[in-house]
Amino acid sequence: MQQDYTYAVARIRFKETQLLSDSDIDALLSSKDTEAVMRLLRDKGWGDNSDLSAEQLLSAEEEKLWAFVDECVSERSDLEFLRVPNDFHNLKVAVKCITRDIKPDGLFIYNAVCDPETVYECVKNRSYKDLPEFLMDVAQEAMTALLQTSDGQLCDIIIDKACMDRVYTLGKQSDNEIIRLYCELFVVCADIKTAVRCAKTGKKPEFIRRAIAECDTLDKDKLSAAAYEGYDAVLSYISLTEYRSAVDAINTSMSAFEKWCDDYLTAVMKPQKWEPFTIGPIVAYIIARQNEIKAVRMILSAKLNGLSEETIKERLRDMYV
Amino acid sequence: MSEFFQNSGLFFALLGAAVATLMAGIGSAIGVGKAGVAASGVLAEDPSLFGKVLIFQLLPATQGIYGLLVGILILSNVGLIGGVKEVTALQGLLYFAASLPIAFCGLYSAIYQSKCAVAGIGTVAKKPDQFGKAILMPAMVETYAILALLISMLAIIGIAGM
Repeated sequence: MQQDYTYAVARIRFKETQLLSDSDIDALLSSKDTEAVMRLLRDKGWGDNSDLSAEQLLSAEEEKLWAFVDECVSERSDLEFLRVPNDFHNLKVAVKCITRDIKPDGLFIYNAVCDPETVYECVKNRSYKDLPEFLMDVAQEAMTALLQTSDGQLCDIIIDKACMDRVYTLGKQSDNEIIRLYCELFVVCADIKTAVRCAKTGKKPEFIRRAIAECDTLDKDKLSAAAYEGYDAVLSYISLTEYRSAVDAINTSMSAFEKWCDDYLTAVMKPQKWEPFTIGPIVAYIIARQNEIKAVRMILSAKLNGLSEETIKERLRDMYV
Repeated sequence: MSEFFQNSGLFFALLGAAVATLMAGIGSAIGVGKAGVAASGVLAEDPSLFGKVLIFQLLPATQGIYGLLVGILILSNVGLIGGVKEVTALQGLLYFAASLPIAFCGLYSAIYQSKCAVAGIGTVAKKPDQFGKAILMPAMVETYAILALLISMLAIIGIAGM
């Protein structure tokens, strides 16, 4: 039986009214400089009324989001699929910092399933058994690979592949359709990105097969073969799948494809606006809020670097509201 | 056994009153509880919506009242309220049958009305100016509880005249 999220969804319904709309984004875009953007954001309730820097403001908003989610959803494991990629990021940081003997200051993401300091200590002391089960083997494998080969890329694909497999498993275990869909799209987008990069850099078949993760809507064997064959083969394989609309974006650039992924996810999540009882609206809200923070980060950095309004608009994701 | 059955009119009538009150009451309790959870969620964010969300929460409460009304009517007709009357086994069974429409329809309509009320609370949280339209949707479910109440009451009045 699915859990009832009536209380959380009711709170989310109100919170959705505070999300940035397209007109808010237009107002931010037409602001003169970063200071004007920050002022508008503060008026919309961003930050904590103190004089925060742009980066602090964005971090504060991310923290606010997860504090709110933790308040509404008592069972943390329900949203593990959203947090677990941060654990793999933290593992990557830990492995690389330990092998290079540098401090991981400011590199960890704290909104994760497992405490980053614990991950760091366990990897440092080689006490992999004290790690959560999903990190145990991959931590040991990545550490051994990096120590034996000094190949950072190999270490990355071992961890990234384990991350995809974990998200895919969590999706399969969930009885909620929107979680299954999110997890599938998460793996699909990563697989397409990997395949395109492998095709462009001419990677060996063993490497490609090791990097591409299993999912339901793409055929791992066909995608791996296409990635080995070349860039055009990858595109022609994708054009035969339900993700054919991504081909134009991939042809444009990787950042255009990343935008396509986010927009596709937002479009898939939009029907959750009318769902009153399940976890769907909560997942949709978290993704919408993260997209919003991503959009504001883009606008702020563009204003800082004097980029034109049109250049920013091309990169901005569709808004949920 | 047949002597027990002949004297069981009051028992069946009382069973009818109990079933009507109990099932419709359970439906209302579930419904009001569910809508209350959603209402509390909205109030945690915007306490100014109290008046509006309270009305949504109270909508599934009516089925319990209908059940109570039918229960009182049966008790009154069989003399358990205001003087003892002779109730035959057939009359008792008929009272029991008469209680069933509001018992079942009360239970299910309250639960489904609460789902609709929860969705309405969500609508009001996002667009408070759409209160009038949002309240109509759960109110539609009420129609079927009223129809069941009508049949139960007409049946009880008819049995009393037998």
